[in-house]
Amino acid sequence: MSNTVIDTIGLIFIYIGLAFDFFGVLGLVRLPDIYNRLQAATKCVTFGSAGILFGVFLIQGFTSFGFKALLGVAFIFLTAPVAAHVISRAAHRSGIPLVEGSVVDHYQDDHDLKEDPDVSAETS
Amino acid sequence: MRVFRWIIGVLIIAGFLFFNFFVYEGALLLKLVNFGLFCSLFVLLRVIFGPTPADRIVAVDILGILIVGMLGILGLYYDQGFLMDVALIWALLSFIASLAFAKVLEGRQLDE
Repeated sequence: MSNTVIDTIGLIFIYIGLAFDFFGVLGLVRLPDIYNRLQAATKCVTFGSAGILFGVFLIQGFTSFGFKALLGVAFIFLTAPVAAHVISRAAHRSGIPLVEGSVVDHYQDDHDLKEDPDVSAETS
Repeated sequence: MRVFRWIIGVLIIAGFLFFNFFVYEGALLLKLVNFGLFCSLFVLLRVIFGPTPADRIVAVDILGILIVGMLGILGLYYDQGFLMDVALIWALLSFIASLAFAKVLEGRQLDE
C-alpha cells in the first residue's frame, strides 16, 4: 500500500519537472537576448531535469538504478551552473551586445573588456 | 503580426497536448517522454534559427540536460538500469562540450 503512495509522489515530481522543462524551453524560444535566454533556460531546465531524476529515485527506491538517478541529480546541480557561467562569460567577452533597453552592465563597467570608444576617450 | 504569432504558437502547443494526452493510446510514461521530445523540438528551433553562435551553444547545452531527464523516464518505462548509465555519461560529455564550445567562442575574438 505504501508502495503506491511513493509511486504517486514520484510521478508528481516527474510532472513538476516536465512543467519546469517546458517553461524553461519556452523562455529559451521567446526571450529577446542571449543572456535572458541563458538565465531562463538554465535555471528552469536544471531544476526540471533534477526533479525528474529525483522522482525516478523515489519510484525505484534504494536499488542501483535509484542511486544512479540520485547521482545524476548531484551531477546536474554541480555542472549546469558552471557551464552556464562559462558560456555567458565567453559571450560577453566575444562582444555579443545586450538587448536594446538594457539599463546596466556591471561586468562591462568593472573590467572594461571591450573597447568602448566613449570610455576610452574619457580615460585617455 | 504579433497576434498571429501568438495564435500560431498557442495552437501548436494546445494541439500537441490534445493529441498526446487524449488521442494517443500508449503508456503514461511514453506520453511523458513524448512531451519531453516536444520540448526538445523548441530547442532545435533555437539551434537552427539562432542569430548568434552563443545562442546555438546555449541551446546545445540545454538539449543535453533535457535528454538526461528524458532518459530517466525512459529507463523507468523499460525497467532497465543501463539507461541511467547512458544519462550520466551524456551529462558529462555535454558539460565538457559546453566548456569546449565556450572556449572556441572566447578565442575567436583574440584572433580577430
